[in-house]
Amino acid sequence: MADRRLRFPTDEETIRSLHAGDSVLVDGHIIGIRDRTQIRIFDQGIAPPMDLNGAFLLHTAPGVRKLGPGRYEPVSIGTTTSARMVRFTEPLGRDHGVRAICGKGGLPDEAIEPMRRYGMVYFAIVGGAAALETTQIEEIEEVAWEDLMPECLWKFRVKDFGPLTVGIDAHGTSLFHDVQEAALKRLETLYERL
Amino acid sequence: MSAVATDVQKAVEEAAAHLYVWALKDIPQDLRDAIREARGRETSTPGQRVLDTIIKNVAIADEQTTLVCQDTGIAVYYCRVGEHFPLHPARIYGALYDGTERATIEHPLRSNTVHTLTRENTGQNVGYRVPIVHWDFVPGWDGLDVKCVPKGSGSENMSFLKMCVPADGVAGIKRFVLDSIVGAGGKPCPPGIVGVGIGGSADYAMHLAKEAIARPVGTRNPDPDVAKLEEELFELLNETGIGPMGLGGDVTVLSAHVEHADTHMTLNPVAVNYQCWAARRATAHISSEGIIDYDREA
Repeated sequence: MADRRLRFPTDEETIRSLHAGDSVLVDGHIIGIRDRTQIRIFDQGIAPPMDLNGAFLLHTAPGVRKLGPGRYEPVSIGTTTSARMVRFTEPLGRDHGVRAICGKGGLPDEAIEPMRRYGMVYFAIVGGAAALETTQIEEIEEVAWEDLMPECLWKFRVKDFGPLTVGIDAHGTSLFHDVQEAALKRLETLYERL
Repeated sequence: MSAVATDVQKAVEEAAAHLYVWALKDIPQDLRDAIREARGRETSTPGQRVLDTIIKNVAIADEQTTLVCQDTGIAVYYCRVGEHFPLHPARIYGALYDGTERATIEHPLRSNTVHTLTRENTGQNVGYRVPIVHWDFVPGWDGLDVKCVPKGSGSENMSFLKMCVPADGVAGIKRFVLDSIVGAGGKPCPPGIVGVGIGGSADYAMHLAKEAIARPVGTRNPDPDVAKLEEELFELLNETGIGPMGLGGDVTVLSAHVEHADTHMTLNPVAVNYQCWAARRATAHISSEGIIDYDREA
């Protein structure tokens, strides 16, 4: 389990050098996205007005204060449960070249194969740690689809974002799968003590 | 309304507005202690990383008086109303509604309430039947206790109900709780408080489970049989290996709380309600003259 620092957007080679369990700090630009944003892209077929190639996507609906037209400052930015959005994993990699998806609670096993095939990772963040996360966001640089507020497309500039744990790597390993499998095995012995 | 009632209504509104924001920023001491203790016994590297981040996050929220978690939740209040309290519950509800709305606009807080079918935002963390208020009535008393529990959706989505049969016994109850928490994995932001409601009816069991998560961490049910079940569940759940944020480890829950009610001879309902590590709650004691005494630990 290595300690790594990455800048986003990034390329496939960098992503494939990561392994499940690695600790990662992120600099550069990340894109906030959520349920309704992805429903618009994939179910309504509307092309996103931001380039997602090489991108780091954060599952978030930020709390913000409006400063002026299209300008916002962070109030409290944290991360939501990823599992609800698992079905978007494959088209994000295949059609848009997304390299990383970051959220909390993990992605179900159906994300493992698309991540391996297209060279993507899932970063596990600490859910609920919004006070810390907000200090790591230097600026909200761009907002698109404000009609979906707060589930817009957000472009954040970040510094020392993390620490994140590689939960699913691009080699077919998922910590969530492994933990779940071990827990189910352990349950068999725990049942005997009930 | 009398002048006294008007003043008291204002006090209840003020208390609600204060409690909602305060609970979101300043988590109780029992929870802080439980997180520290959890860090002490966690041996997995990702688990330690998660708990260190949580501790750092709580410290930053203190220093900057910011929200611990961005999910401002759905506003839930528990009211204990004294028989002689001068404001009728209908008015107390109105004051809690107004206070929640005012806090959301003034801070500002993210508003989460939507119409459950259209999904359109219905207001400033208020709407039809929101906030959610639970009532208890106390004879021979003239005060009001209001406990605010902003409930995050990540943990609330991990709620489970099973109508066990009497033949399933206590083992069936334990098994359902274990299965629920393993199935939930990292989604409800572990390690948190597992609330279990047993007995009553289907709806009442879930109500009791929610009441259980609103108790201070590590408090024990006064019924010794129920308290024993709490301790057993705590041990069992921490042996599942789910760990902090579901990344694997020794600490899956900070506490297991059980609330119970007597039930029908053919019923054995079990409800599980999860509360994330950011188990936010804050209380106000309000006198019949409208004097507010805030209490972080109740």
